[in-house]
Amino acid sequence: MVVWKKLITPVDATDKTPYQRSFYVEGGNFTYAGIVSTSIKSILKQMGLPADVVRKAAIVSYESEINIVSYAKKGVIKLTVDSQTIQIEAIDEGPGIPNIDLAMQEGYSTADQKIREMGFGAGMGLCNIKNYSDTFNISSEIGKGAFLKMIIDRH
Amino acid sequence: MKLREVKEILDAEVIIGEDKLDLEVKTAFGADLMSDVLAFAKAGSLLLTGLTNDQVIRTADILDIAAIIMVRGKRPASEAIVLAKGLKIPILTTKYILFETAGRLYAKGIVGCLEKVDNASGRN
Ligand SMILES: Nc1ncnc2c1ncn2[C@@H]1O[C@H](COP(=O)(O)OP(=O)(O)OP(=O)(O)O)[C@@H](O)[C@H]1O
Ligand SMILES: [Mg+2]
Repeated sequence: MVVWKKLITPVDATDKTPYQRSFYVEGGNFTYAGIVSTSIKSILKQMGLPADVVRKAAIVSYESEINIVSYAKKGVIKLTVDSQTIQIEAIDEGPGIPNIDLAMQEGYSTADQKIREMGFGAGMGLCNIKNYSDTFNISSEIGKGAFLKMIIDRH
Repeated sequence: MKLREVKEILDAEVIIGEDKLDLEVKTAFGADLMSDVLAFAKAGSLLLTGLTNDQVIRTADILDIAAIIMVRGKRPASEAIVLAKGLKIPILTTKYILFETAGRLYAKGIVGCLEKVDNASGRN
């Protein structure tokens, strides 16, 4: 509890010292898929942010995390909280997304059987991320990886 | 209605959450696709599903789902039980199929998280 207090205090104080933390995500390993987003959610909750804001951030983080696990070799999810916004960046090393417009389409999915057995592969994840973000950016370099940045307003 | 009443209506077995049966629920969402759940389910709802893996538990946690109802007699794997216990998410299992589960709850006043989507592509 003492540890949390130390981490959390600067966030509410001023945006000159935003709270920042990075989490490693392993590609292909479904055992822990979602654990990062569970942690992010609990951090945000303990900061005392409004429930609907926490929920939006948790959803966009979770969909990005599942995509890294599903399609990339490895990645990082970066959480930044300042006085106005929650920012979540999902940066991965993997095949990248050859056609972003296509990937963003509802229902488009290249998910394999393993991913589908987990309940994913509806081709809705990126749409969900866009819908729950106040600002959403996606870019990719083929053969290198994908980069997503989601901003959620705190108020 | 209280989760206790949900349990009775569905003749369900409580796998986790005996201590949470006084929880109030008003809405439910049924799906086997997690991204559909993430798109539509409201906080505090019941999640009716045929999936039993860790991802269902995590999805329920992310969305502040009140309780998971596993249909068609499905039971969570032991790892999923440990996870749900840690995240304090009640799990009930019923032998009714998804259609019957939804119908029985609806008849007693539980409503959907949304009635229908706005456009043909299935988004709200
Ligand atoms: N990080 C990534 N690296 C490479 N390809 C990706 C990545 N994220 C998404 N994609 C590609 O974009 C497609 C659409 O992704 P999206 O998250 O919208 O749907 P999905 O993962 O297939 O299913 P859902 O998210 O609904 O369970 C994926 O099937 C995959 O081909
Ligand atoms: Mg996805």
